[in-house]
Amino acid sequence: MTNPVVSAQNLSLTFQTADAPVHALKDVSLDIEQGDFVSFIGPSGCGKTTFLRVVADLEQPTGGTVTVNGLTPAQARQQRAYGYVFQAASLLPWRTINDNIAVPLEVMGLPKSEQKERIERVLDLVELSGFGAKYPWQLSGGMQQRASIARALAFDADLLLMDEPFGALDEIVRDTLNEQLLALWEQTNKTVLFVTHSIPEAVFLSTRIVVMSPRPGRVHDVIETTLPKERPLDIRESPEFLKIAHRVREGLRAGHADE
Amino acid sequence: MTLFSEEGKFLPILAVVTAIVAIWYAAAVWLNAPQEYDRAQRAGATIAFSQLVQNTMTQERPVLPAPHQVAAEIWKTTGAMVQRGRPFSKRSLIYHAWITLSATLLGFLIGSVLGIALAVGIVHNLAMDKSVMPWVITSQTIPILAIAPMIIVVLNAVGISGLLPKALISTYLSFFPVVVGMVKGLRSPERAQLDLFHTYSASRWQTFRMLRWPSSMPYLFTSLKVAVAISLVGAIVGELPTGAVAGLGARLLAGSYYGQTIQIWSALFVAAALAAVLVMLVDVGHKMVLRRMGQAA
Repeated sequence: MTNPVVSAQNLSLTFQTADAPVHALKDVSLDIEQGDFVSFIGPSGCGKTTFLRVVADLEQPTGGTVTVNGLTPAQARQQRAYGYVFQAASLLPWRTINDNIAVPLEVMGLPKSEQKERIERVLDLVELSGFGAKYPWQLSGGMQQRASIARALAFDADLLLMDEPFGALDEIVRDTLNEQLLALWEQTNKTVLFVTHSIPEAVFLSTRIVVMSPRPGRVHDVIETTLPKERPLDIRESPEFLKIAHRVREGLRAGHADE
Repeated sequence: MTLFSEEGKFLPILAVVTAIVAIWYAAAVWLNAPQEYDRAQRAGATIAFSQLVQNTMTQERPVLPAPHQVAAEIWKTTGAMVQRGRPFSKRSLIYHAWITLSATLLGFLIGSVLGIALAVGIVHNLAMDKSVMPWVITSQTIPILAIAPMIIVVLNAVGISGLLPKALISTYLSFFPVVVGMVKGLRSPERAQLDLFHTYSASRWQTFRMLRWPSSMPYLFTSLKVAVAISLVGAIVGELPTGAVAGLGARLLAGSYYGQTIQIWSALFVAAALAAVLVMLVDVGHKMVLRRMGQAA
């Protein structure tokens, strides 16, 4: 077995708030292998976003360890080991789509010619070719979110961290983007950590589903999918799919009952 | 500019202006009438109302000059001077306005740069964040009328006189809105945007240049509009306590010494017009920047 891309051992994070400490994460241990598509699902407050933010070095754990490519999250961040997609597209409104995707590339100090080449490539990956000269407000919400995914891809990191990227979009747009994301993942063989509220989305996309429960945030169940890699949208009506979805739902319910 | 061209705004503005002029005329009659009654009484005569109204609008030193008297005085000291080829004569309001304007612009420039520099420091340095802001606010609680003569006198003592002391009084007033606005503007990026730059391992300078500075533009121009208007106030106030011989402030002062109310009012109106033009120019600059940032509607 190769070294895991992300490895967490007894990871804990307690926020000190005014009234009482909040245990956002408690003793989370998890290994994620190269090429995995791992979804984190659970109710609000279960720590799924916090886990992602710890991996991205946006929060500091109060206990346990986590490594990214064998490095600390801070080192991994400095090596630009991952691309991060937030729930909101967070595009800079004064920059065109091209120039928005160029932001991380400018930070890295890439030459203009390579920036241009990368921008074209990632716009093509998210099927936004021809929209590069538009400003964000000229694009629909779904297109904006695709642009923000393109921006994360432009980094060319092997690890993609996605925090409810489709949470604010409607069902139909979401379906399309799920299909596109799956195709993208297959094409690029990236490792994806994907936070979601939606059971169908988690089951449809993932190779593994991490079911989490709140207060304190911890891993309740890890489900290995039995679905094939090739997944048309109507796989969601297959008995196989429904069985996994059922197990996720059971896990979520049990997690709640623990309280 | 846009003030008059925007559709449907012209009539309401005209109505308000008409109302103000009407009230002004009525007030002029009312305020200037006692003088006329006195004069009639001394002459042992009675005065008819129509004569009274006529007289109250032609006084040489009225308590409140009528609008057309002020308009005539402004024309006499601006347009008419230009026609005679002497726009920068010492009796010309254009000359006095230019004196005040130069101090205003220099003070505005220094104030804006100082304000932006302080805001950058406050946003990026914890010690400055904790220590500078209270002093900035304290500085504005000191009446400018008290501090203006001291600035002039102290700078004079070290050999600096003329434009700079007046400009520094403008600076004293105008840096404040810029600091306050820019601190807010530079802190206006959303959490997610700042997190994003953190995940890029962007340097502070990169985050400033690509995120904080562009985000702060609307705040900057809003504060600049306030700053340019009070820069003018500062320059005028700077001319008052020093016995300056030139500038709109000097005109106001001279007018009040000799009871020349018409002169006071015309200087007042020129100052107001100057402020309006300055604010409009800042607004034009704002629109140009917005267009360059792709946000022109």
